Amino acid sequence: MLAFILRRLVGMIPTLFLVSVLTFIIIQLPPGDFMSSLAANVGTSGSSMDEATVQNLRHQYGLDQPAYMQYIKWIAGFPRADFGYSLDWKRPVKDLIMGRLGMTLLLSLISLVIMWCVALPIGIYSATHQYSLSDNVLTLLGFLGLSVPDFLLGLVYMAIGIFVFNVSVTGLFSQDMETAPWSPQKVMDLANHLFWPALILGAAGMAQLIRIMRGSLLETLGQQFITTARAKGLKEQIVINKYAVRVAINPLISVMGMQLPNLISGATVLGIVLSLPTIGPLFYRALLSQDMYLAGTMLLFISLMLMLGNLLADIALAWVDPRIRLE
Amino acid sequence: MTVSDQHIEAPGVEVPSLETIQEEERRYALSQWQLMWRKFKRSRMGIAGGLLVAAFYLIAAFANFLAPYGGDQRFIEYLYAPPETLRLDRQTGLYVNALETTFDKETLKSIYVMSSKTKVPLKFFIHDQPYKLLGLIETDVHLFGSGDSRYPIFLLGSDRQGRDMFSRIIIGSQMSLTIGLLGVFLSLVIGSIMGVSSGYYGGIIDNIMQRMIEVIRSFPTIPLWMALSAALPQHWPPQLVYFSITVILSFIGWTWLARQLRGRVLALREEDFVLAAQLAGADDRRIILRHLIPSVFGHIIVIATLAMPGMILAESALSFLNLGLRPPLISWGVLLQEAQNLETIRHYPWLLMPAVFISAAVLAFNFFGDGLRDAADPYSQQ
Repeated sequence: MLAFILRRLVGMIPTLFLVSVLTFIIIQLPPGDFMSSLAANVGTSGSSMDEATVQNLRHQYGLDQPAYMQYIKWIAGFPRADFGYSLDWKRPVKDLIMGRLGMTLLLSLISLVIMWCVALPIGIYSATHQYSLSDNVLTLLGFLGLSVPDFLLGLVYMAIGIFVFNVSVTGLFSQDMETAPWSPQKVMDLANHLFWPALILGAAGMAQLIRIMRGSLLETLGQQFITTARAKGLKEQIVINKYAVRVAINPLISVMGMQLPNLISGATVLGIVLSLPTIGPLFYRALLSQDMYLAGTMLLFISLMLMLGNLLADIALAWVDPRIRLE
Repeated sequence: MTVSDQHIEAPGVEVPSLETIQEEERRYALSQWQLMWRKFKRSRMGIAGGLLVAAFYLIAAFANFLAPYGGDQRFIEYLYAPPETLRLDRQTGLYVNALETTFDKETLKSIYVMSSKTKVPLKFFIHDQPYKLLGLIETDVHLFGSGDSRYPIFLLGSDRQGRDMFSRIIIGSQMSLTIGLLGVFLSLVIGSIMGVSSGYYGGIIDNIMQRMIEVIRSFPTIPLWMALSAALPQHWPPQLVYFSITVILSFIGWTWLARQLRGRVLALREEDFVLAAQLAGADDRRIILRHLIPSVFGHIIVIATLAMPGMILAESALSFLNLGLRPPLISWGVLLQEAQNLETIRHYPWLLMPAVFISAAVLAFNFFGDGLRDAADPYSQQ
């Protein structure tokens, strides 16, 4: 197992390298650079920056160097945890993103947990009550969850919070908790603010999980070892929970590797709508202002999270299903 | 009673009746497509989804005819007019109550009251703004309208500039539904070529292709789409932006298809019919185009249908964030840009209507694709 993990980690290095090159190219794609968009912004606010100042700043931040030199400088800093300097925020990228990356991961993980806790029982119920009214209703609800854009759910959630309950649901803390030191109340406050966004984020994935679980369990229930178990006189409860579900759950775990990226993607948009301190809003602003090191580093980190997520799903699958051989 | 009339029944063995045997024989004679159709017909959700999808595309095709007004036609007297309810009575037929405007002096906002005094009857086949039906026939006939520019009909309300939401949503369906279609089509073309050749040739071509897919797939979709869309210059004409967005959407889309097709082709490559074709002297191009692609065609269609919801949702999310299509183009995502602000949603909730259409379209495609997926493998018994 350890050898497998190590081999996978080493195998990730060339991919990561290519991803970083591609990231840099994409981030460099917009015409002009941060200084030209800054100059344009200053221009619209009335005053103006003369060409010499712009050139000076460009030189100061190394923006006048050829692209590959900028790339090398940027990537060479990574082993030292130096991800470049955000021109927009005038702060090192590292200080800006670390907390936000953590929050993004936390939100995605909570979402994953909620998804599983809801989808698993519903999937099992649907499969054991196939074609019943409740199965049909649940299936329809699942499809609805799959079809409503998550940014819309976010908007509606925000509107309901403000206009019905008169509480602001943006951000992760209530106003009076924002600056308070960590305490059990503050943790509860955070949990309150995270629960609904996590649920909204997981809506689409949940629907998918329910469907897969239902299909997989139905297939498993038709197999011979289930008949044998029933013939032995085992209780139906045990046949389902201990025999069928344990086998039927495998496709769900392999899907998990695909769902994590979706969660992280969704968290970006939802973060922007609900102005959560995740990478979403920061990434969005960095893209618009062409703050390239900030945007690039974030894109690279999200990709890294995604690759690690896939690896974790593979490990989990191998751990649950001994029939899968690691190669 | 003779012996031959009796069935000899062994316990647990079902003796098929004559009808089932005949049915079975008829089944063998059916082509792959007939089998798929038979199986698809049995999924009610799939049929419903398929019909809904067809309806959506019909609406998009005849959008200008179905919409009472042009997408940019403004009624400056009626800013943020609320949706009017259709009513029916014996004398006037279908009608709406006219909106009466009063002006709130404190908030400087117009207040609309639906007055039951003036009835605005719904007229059919009226003449209003000219347009080109299907882009070809010049006409100015609209399915319905008030025929009176003083009393326009706003079935779903009007927006900030006094434009009819209903018309804009109908016209917006053209962009929202075709951008997905084009994006899927592009992904299909790239994905089929890459996937099939990767699976068929194997070796170094396969290796390079798989590495490439792995790198692209290592990016999270929405952030990558956002980054690519942010790179589109602001001054580009709308048509170019539209085309670029489809290219950006298919930039990730093709990898899914290529992966799946490669797997299918890897399995099919070992089949006898490919060997037979090779022995008969067919070249690679012929084998791929005449034998492999038709065999996986059902799966291509399923994957394409299931890719549509993602594309529609992505377009709306990108446009909503001002990174996708932008005015003067009209798409459902562009329409939702108006509803970004909480105060707007509070006072003018009908601006969220486009989202209902997005969800309905996505739902239809999901049902349809789900039905197709079950039907695509007609040889499996279920």
